[in-house]
Formats: sequence, structure tokens, C-alpha cells
Amino acid sequence: MNTAQVLPAAVAPHQTMEHKPTNAALAVRNLSVFFGANEVLKRVSLDIAPNAVTAIIGPSGCGKSTFLRSLNRMHELNPDARMTGEIRLFGDDIYASTVEPVIVRRRVGMVFQKSNPFPTMTISENVTVGLRLNGVRNRKVLAERTEQSLRMAALWDEVKDRLQAPAISLSGGQQQRLCIARALAVQPEVLLMDEPASALDPLATSKIEDLILELKKNYTIVIVTHNMQQAARSSDFTAFFYLGELVEFGATPKIFTSPSQKRTEDYVTGRFG
Amino acid sequence: MQAIAFICAVLVIAPLVLVFYHLTRLGFSSINWAFFTQLPKAVGETGGGMGNAIVGTFVLLAEAAVIGVPIGVLGGVFLAEYASSSGISWWIRFGADILNGVPSIVWGLVVYALVVMPMHGASAIAGGVVLGLMMVPMVMRATEEVLHLVPGGYREAALALGISKWKTILQIVVRTALRGIVTGVLLALARVAGETAPLLFTAFGNTHWARNLSQPISALPLQIFDYANSPYDDWHRQAWAGALVLLLLVLFINISVRVLTRERWRTKS
Amino acid sequence: MNAAEATVTKAVPGMKRAIPRVSRFGDRAFQWLTLIMAFSIFVLIVLIGFELFYGARPALEKFGWRFLVSSTWDPVNDVFGALPYIYGTVVTSAIALLIAVPLSISTAIFLTELAPLWLRQPLVIFIELLAAIPSVILGFWGFYVMVPWLHDHIYPVLRSGLGFLPFFRGSDNGPCILSAGIILSIMIIPIITSVSREILRSVPGLQREAAYALGATRWEVTRIAVLSYAKRGLFGAVILGLGRALGETMAVTMLIGNAPYVGTSVFAAGQTLASVIANEFTEATDNLYSSALFEIGLVLLGVTLVVNALARLLLLTFAGPSVKPQQ
Repeated sequence: MNTAQVLPAAVAPHQTMEHKPTNAALAVRNLSVFFGANEVLKRVSLDIAPNAVTAIIGPSGCGKSTFLRSLNRMHELNPDARMTGEIRLFGDDIYASTVEPVIVRRRVGMVFQKSNPFPTMTISENVTVGLRLNGVRNRKVLAERTEQSLRMAALWDEVKDRLQAPAISLSGGQQQRLCIARALAVQPEVLLMDEPASALDPLATSKIEDLILELKKNYTIVIVTHNMQQAARSSDFTAFFYLGELVEFGATPKIFTSPSQKRTEDYVTGRFG
Repeated sequence: MQAIAFICAVLVIAPLVLVFYHLTRLGFSSINWAFFTQLPKAVGETGGGMGNAIVGTFVLLAEAAVIGVPIGVLGGVFLAEYASSSGISWWIRFGADILNGVPSIVWGLVVYALVVMPMHGASAIAGGVVLGLMMVPMVMRATEEVLHLVPGGYREAALALGISKWKTILQIVVRTALRGIVTGVLLALARVAGETAPLLFTAFGNTHWARNLSQPISALPLQIFDYANSPYDDWHRQAWAGALVLLLLVLFINISVRVLTRERWRTKS
Repeated sequence: MNAAEATVTKAVPGMKRAIPRVSRFGDRAFQWLTLIMAFSIFVLIVLIGFELFYGARPALEKFGWRFLVSSTWDPVNDVFGALPYIYGTVVTSAIALLIAVPLSISTAIFLTELAPLWLRQPLVIFIELLAAIPSVILGFWGFYVMVPWLHDHIYPVLRSGLGFLPFFRGSDNGPCILSAGIILSIMIIPIITSVSREILRSVPGLQREAAYALGATRWEVTRIAVLSYAKRGLFGAVILGLGRALGETMAVTMLIGNAPYVGTSVFAAGQTLASVIANEFTEATDNLYSSALFEIGLVLLGVTLVVNALARLLLLTFAGPSVKPQQ
């Protein structure tokens, strides 16, 4: 499945706002997020490139998780959340009033820091849950998608003989790959990952990183990480956040070897954070 | 000091042991097939059984579940999933605690006015209604507590997959908490199964099989009470048997619930 | 493949497609459904208040406040006064507390501080099973086993030994105020014990350590560091037990003797607010009679609500929402 094709921008009749057409998977313009009176993100603008890995780095509390969650409207789970600005997914405004968050989240998937396969379901049930609970009943489609997603998550060979085993019987690293397969099964265009390997041992972590490099061929990936070596290894682009502001954004090699901002340099060389 | 505390602990469990002992000694021999299947004989005659009371208890519990479970579980869902941080949920919880403290005989008076008077008579419906209403606050609080124990990560993961909120709640959250919810329901059923006072003027009791739900119906606790108050030795004998059966039923539910919840912790780790 | 599947299996080019309307409806409907179910709590509270007031209205109008202080209960002549029943309720509950509180708190201390670990869980289970015994069974056992034994072996001793006190004068037939008080104490021991246990467990370890560091013995530690810190919470547990005792019906009805009484002897037959309703409601022939019983129900409800609210207030101010009174 090739999601890199530029999709026609769907402009609803009442949407007259114009935007500069861009090839970005996610075009963020002047995004500010408030939790109550607290301004957690301050006028962030950047373009997430398609079929590439963009890493979001920064010290604790800099807003990187909030930024990630604003990309699939998950920050709205907090009842005090408010946002201004614009985010376009392949040209579509995901915050338009006609858009349901549910639809956004089917196009922009998410994997969390702590793996959370649903404990009452088997491995295959976990993979297909997003499809089944959205109305897909065709067994053949579900079976195909299960194999496809588990292969993409590099888990198929390990579990193909025990798809009916409970999902919680897998190891930590396997559970995280299962969550990735679960997210991929609904065929999102973008995959968001919030520190996906921080709870895993180094062996499992490197498997996840290899997986990310494979996945970017077909998906756009945005990954939040506090592990700078991981960001340097796995990503094509890096965004450095500090205290809610986007300090610097660019190609990863440049950010790590010759950043233009002093704060960026201080952070990547470990002088603070 | 240690000795005193130890003696107190012994005194505290003594009643349970004694009750069980006496019920078994005095009632066990009367438990036979006839006891479970036959109706009470006419006043003064020996023999017969408590079949109608046993069936009556189960009928009333079924009715109570029909009322108490949907209202209680869905109300608990509201408290845990939609209102957990808002002020209204504090008031609802407070109200549920108030209801849990209402004496059971008062519930009987209320349902008498509400159901028995309009229906011009006691009925199984009235008995089911009073037990069901008593169950509502119990089940609601228990459900809310269990739902709070479900880690937020599951809700987030489901929503992030684009699953709508109500499906997330029903198919993911409630499903995860199901064993705990069932536990809460069973405990509430065990509580109302032993209630006599509210049934005194709602279900009222019946020496025959109730042919339909709008007739008065017998129940184990009611029958035990009636027989205990009577002057007939044979009825006393049967009351011991009935008490033993009721106690075993209630204890069985309580113990099974413990076993169920203990297993849950083991598999979760 | 149906329309839903089609939208999910292909890359979705536009936003307005798929199932937004259905999911929005489902979300709204479900939220309303659960909200209505939760609000049934308020409906029930209003219903209880309304039915009791409405049922009690004839008696309220006729007797007013005198109802609470008059001891005439005469169904034949339609004169009703609740004083004997208020008295019976108060006395049986007081007896129950006098017996249950020392036993419960000692047991709670035993469970939290002194008992060997292997003994704790079984003991806790026993106490919770004791709480599960239906009231009618305790009443039945009490009437045929406990009361005859008390009548034969304990009451004579009390009468001869403590007869100088007005409480222990007079003869008894077995079922009496004291018998009802004793069975009540058995019924409230579990709740006082379990709540006290929670309270004692929530006392921070720092308190105990500080006392040990000052050289206190085990009992002194318990008394000074734990009990005085937990005073308010323990008091709340006791009041909770009182609330339970006030509303208890069946066991009391079977053991109290069922005669209106206001006096000093605990060996007399008496009656409580709950037991008079249980005994007489089905025979209340005329409107005023049953209305008087409704009014008794109202008094009982009022007293129970106030006591329970007081208990919860004490527990909340002590330990916050972490201590949940379970029943």
C-alpha cells in the first residue's frame, strides 16, 4: 500500500480558508495548546515529511508528548485542553468542525510508551480489534490483515502458530510489536510513537528501531524520544522542543553535528536535560 | 495485653462457628429431596417441604437482578467514564451511600406504597422490585470502583485506534473489568438473598406455588421467619433446614467471589 | 465488503466519509443512557422521602410533635405515640455498642498489630463471613439457642451480682431488651472491626517508629502512637456500627419480646422502631394505624441518615477518601 501519493485536498464547500499546497504528510502551522490557563505549546510550525522518520526530542516537560498527541487529537482527552492554529494531514484540516476525532485517529495511528495489548483478547483479536469494532466482519479480510500487520511489525514468525494465545502471554518487546501491528492494521497513513522502546531492554529496543526503519518505506513516522542516540540513529529529521517552543527543526545529521541554535547544541551535547 | 486481644478475636468468630454448628446439627437431617420439592403441609401436619420458598427466592433474585444490574452497572459506567472528575459524581456517590444506609424495612414500606397499594395486594413483582432497588446503589458503587481500576492506557489505545468512545467503554473497558463487575453483582445478590424485612409486606409469602408474578410469593427468609414464630415443632425442624440452606447459599456466593478475585490477581501478574 | 469495510481497507482520501454520524449518535445515546441510570439514585431518594411523607401524613397531621414523646400506642382507640420504640431503639443500640466496641477495636488491634501473619487473612475472612449471615438466621439461632442459654446461665448471675443497679432488676422470659442488644452486637462487630482495621492500617508507620525510638513498649506504642492518632477515625467506625444497629430489624424482632416499654430494666420485653413496623404493619387495619407506622419509618429513616452522615463525615476528615466503609 503506497500512501506517499499526494491525495487530493478535500475542501468542504464551507471551508474557504486557503492554504499553501505542500507535500508534507502533516503540515503544522502556529499550533498552540493550552491546558486551562497553561500554554503548553507556543506557536509551533513545521512540516512532517512523508515516508520519513521525524524525531521529537527535548527535556522533560518541553511539550513533546503534547505535540505528538495534538497530531491525532488525543490531547482532547483532557477536558481542559484548547488549541489554536492549524494542522493539515495531506492537505486535510484535521481540526475542522466537520471532522470527527475518530476519523482522524484512523488515519493517524499511535503507539504508546507502555505496551498495552488488551488483556482479555488473543493475539489475533488484538490485531484486528480496530477493524472489527469499526464494522469489518469479513473473516478473510481480517485474517489477511492480521498476517499483513504482524509481518510488518516483524512479529509474524514468532506468533504465527499461536494466534489464539492470550496477548499478555507475550514478552514485553513482543507486546510492543503487537501494539504496533494493532495500530498498523487499520492502515493509517501516519504512525505516531511515544517513546516506544523506553520500557524495553536493549535487544528488544534494537528490534523496534530496525522495525521503524522498515516501516518508513510505507508510512510516515513521528517518534518522541528522550534517548538522543536513538533519535540520531533512527530518524531522518529531528525537532528540538524546549519549554513549549520549537527551537530548531531540520535534517537529523545537521541537528546533531552542527545545530544552528545554542540551546540545541547544549541539549544534544548533554550540557543539560 | 496480647492475651486480651487474642481472646477478643476468638469471641468474635465464635458466633459464626456456633451458628454454623447448630444449624448443621439441627437442620441437616431434614434436608432431603422432599424438602426441596414439596410444598408446606397444612398447619399442624408433619412433613412437606420448602420447595416453593426455595423457588421463590430464586425468582425474586432473578427479578432483582433484572432491575439492579442494568441500572447499577450503567450508572457505575457513567460515574467512572463520563463524570469521574466532575462535581455531579460526588453527589451521586453521596446519594448512593445514603441509599445503602436506608434500613431494609423502610425500603419495604416505600415499595408497599409504590407497588403493593396500586396493585391491591402483595406480589412477586413487588418483592422483586424492592430487592432490585436495594441492589442499585450497591452495584453502582462496586462497578464504579472496578472500572477505576482499569488502567487508562487501555482506553487511550482503543481511542487511538479510532474506536468511538461508547464502543471503547463497552467492548474494551467493561470487558476488561467484567470479572470485577460480576463479583459486585454476586455480592449484592447475596446481600438481598438474605433479606426478610422488605419482603414482609411486598412478597408477603405464600404456602403454595405462585402461579404468576402478580401473586404473593414465598421466599426462604420469609418462610424461616414464619416457621420460627409458629408453635409447631415440625415447622421448627424445617426452619432449621431452611436456615442451613440459606446460609450455605449466601456463604457459597461469598466464598466463590473470593476465589474468583484471587485468581484474577494471579493471572494479571 | 460493506461500506464500512470499504472505507477502512482503502486509504481514505477525504474526511467526510465513513461512519462519523453513526459513531456520534452512538456516543451521545450511550452517554445519555448511562447518565439517566446514574441519576436514578436521586430519583430513588426523592421517592423514598415522598412515599414516607405521603404515607405518614394522616398521622403527622393528627399527632404532630407529640408523636415522639407520647408512649401511648393504642390501635383500638387510634392513639399513637412512638416513645417506647424510640426508647427501645436507643437502649438496644447502646447495649450493642457497649459490647461490640471494645471487642471490635481489640480485634482490630489484634489483626493489625499483634496477630501472626498466617492468622490474619483467615481471621479477616471469618469476620466478613459473619457479616454475611442473614439477619433472620441470627434471630432464629438467637431465639432457640442463645437466648435459652442466656436465660438459664447468664441472666440469673447478672441479676444476683449486679441487681443493685436498676438495669438488672426484674425477671425475664428469655427474649428481652438485653437479648436483642446482644444479638445486635454480634451483627455490628464485623463492620466496626473491618473499618477500624482500615483506620489502624492507615496510620503512618512514622508514628509507630517515633514511639519505638523513644523507648516505648509494644502496647505503649499501640496506645500512644496508633490509637490516639486514629481516634477520630475509630469514632467514625463506631458511629457507622451504630447506624447499622439502628436499622436492624429481623434479629431484633425475634429477640426483643415485642411489647412497648419505657423503663430501666434490660430484662423487660421491649420494641424498637424497626421491630414495631415488622410486627404490626400487616395487621394495621385502618388508615391512621398504618399511617402511624409510616411515620415511625420516617423517624427511623431520619435517625439513620443523620447517624450515617455523621459517621462518614468523621471518616472523611480523618483519612480522606482512601478509607471506604464497605457496607
